[in-house]
Amino acid sequence: MRYFLPWAFLALLAAVPILLPDPYTLSVLASAGIFIIGAISLNLLLGYTGQLSLGHAAFFGLGAYASALTTLGFDIGIGFGQRITLAPQPVWFGFLAGIVVPALFGWLLGRLAFRVRGAYFVIITICFAQVLRLLTLNWVELTQGPMALSGIPALSLWWPGLDAPIALFRKDQIYWLVLAVAAVAFLLVRQVVRSRIGRALVALRENETLARSVGIRVTHYLVIATVISAGIAGAAGSLFAHSVRIVDPDVFLFIYTVTMVIMVVTGGKGTLWGPVVGGLLFGPLPDLLRGSAPPEAQWIAYGVAMILIVMFLPRGIVPAVASLWPRRAAAKPAAVAVEAEG
Amino acid sequence: MSPPLLAVEHVAVHIGGLVAIADMSFEVPAGRIVSLIGPNGAGKTTAFNVITGYMPPTKGRVLFEGQPLSGLPPERIAARGVVRSFQRTSIFGACTVFENALMALHLRGRAGVFGALLRLPSARREEERLRAEAVALLELVGLADRAGTVASVLAYGEQRRLGIALAVAARPRLLLLDEPAAGLNPSETAECTALIRRLRDERNITVLLVEHDMAMVMRISDTVVVLNQGRIIAAGPPDAVRDDPEVIRAYLGAVPEADGVLHAPA
Ligand SMILES: Nc1ncnc2c1ncn2[C@@H]1O[C@H](COP(=O)(O)OP(=O)(O)O)[C@@H](O)[C@H]1O
Ligand SMILES: [Mg+2]
Repeated sequence: MRYFLPWAFLALLAAVPILLPDPYTLSVLASAGIFIIGAISLNLLLGYTGQLSLGHAAFFGLGAYASALTTLGFDIGIGFGQRITLAPQPVWFGFLAGIVVPALFGWLLGRLAFRVRGAYFVIITICFAQVLRLLTLNWVELTQGPMALSGIPALSLWWPGLDAPIALFRKDQIYWLVLAVAAVAFLLVRQVVRSRIGRALVALRENETLARSVGIRVTHYLVIATVISAGIAGAAGSLFAHSVRIVDPDVFLFIYTVTMVIMVVTGGKGTLWGPVVGGLLFGPLPDLLRGSAPPEAQWIAYGVAMILIVMFLPRGIVPAVASLWPRRAAAKPAAVAVEAEG
Repeated sequence: MSPPLLAVEHVAVHIGGLVAIADMSFEVPAGRIVSLIGPNGAGKTTAFNVITGYMPPTKGRVLFEGQPLSGLPPERIAARGVVRSFQRTSIFGACTVFENALMALHLRGRAGVFGALLRLPSARREEERLRAEAVALLELVGLADRAGTVASVLAYGEQRRLGIALAVAARPRLLLLDEPAAGLNPSETAECTALIRRLRDERNITVLLVEHDMAMVMRISDTVVVLNQGRIIAAGPPDAVRDDPEVIRAYLGAVPEADGVLHAPA
């Protein structure tokens, strides 16, 4: 039953474009899925290490720009009459860059920021996203600034026997692509969390002094978590770039980080299914509000949700639901902190 | 002659204006149980903090197998084979007893990011081995039947034992125990004494013990080091130390009573 349920859920999600072939619905779900991937990556940091990254949109945006710029190519001056030129690359090469570039920045940020943890980490991550936003706004030669990078090619699929690659334009194709990447992201985080590395992260979160006494290296493991988290967030950003096919500096906006934080906290931080459940609730919200409500409505909805969660489900939905099945929780020694998923 | 396993050389610790340790030198030979005793505030926990890297010494140095430990962070010192337990019970309260054991077995594993992400066969085998070690560890301290219990709901005595298990998990060569019997009843104290002996005899772990229960200290120790107000005032075999006039005076006239515990006046 426990092994069967997630696969049945995945099959159900995969059947949505067949059962419900409405392009608008599918595009809403695909964009929700992209943010769920972001939330899954944020959960590794916020949920399992307890470090709040309020600049998570930075990794998302870096992935979007790295992927877009790699596939579009660029030609920029770096002073002294020198230029750096990159010819347009295949889209999957861009996707890879969309993972590697944010992961490198994650490593750098982790090295710098984890000397000071807690509130300082929060502030440093916020600044990181703001700096990137200003940089992309003003480095017009590279990023087109506020005019946005447009004409980003769609991701494509090719296998032997096919004459030409299939570009993934249609809403159902994009939906399936996002679902596949989300499933992989979920599995990767699950592997990490259930490994020796995941236990080290939880140990550091629960009792850093004790964790160090048994030989767990603080910065080392927090940096590993940040790199993996940044890479997955970058993959989400890359999917965003190649499905919306236009990227502007607004991808670094604070509201995107807040969206991911709300998803994780509502669903249940530190649980594998938390970001998925929270993401399915809040993911479609921006699209549903758009057109019918002013932009502030999203902030108000988040604020109200936050208050309700803190008051009624402080640990989030998934732990609350999981506690309704005490029998299972008792039968499973590996419960609570490491994997409180249902 | 090979150097002692641990050598503390002229260590001083000043915290703000306060002298927690004035000048401390002692050795712990391999295979022995050495006790560090003294009234509250004598500097015993501070000595542990210095040896295990939680506090820098103001002066002096600590050598493990002839190599300096000073300057290394606690996690590196643990990797060298020096692990401590904490005076105030320290466990991963939100996790189960079994998870606590697995977390403490960190140094017994090697699996890295790729092993974990790709579930490599080597990582899986290691995971199985670690789980078996966790079971053995819990059996050693008599907590195997509590494996699925969330650690924070354990009884006090069980939490103390879990705390020791966590320190033992990494198979240290030198184990530092900070008041392991504090708050335990006589039968639990006897179990604790037996456990420490077994760790030394069966696992070849050298022990540096801080403990207030004099009966236990006198029974178990090869050497007793007495600390008072940041200074060592006596060191030697239990019998010699017990009769040392300065030691008796340090406990402010406290006299060993029938139960063997030195009762310092409050
Ligand atoms: N972190 C600290 N900050 C301030 N004073 C401390 C600190 N740690 C220890 N001390 C002081 O150092 C002295 C020795 O304390 P400690 O090593 O805990 O004694 P013991 O473990 O022998 O009871 C005490 O006077 C204590 O108040
Ligand atoms: Mg103490």
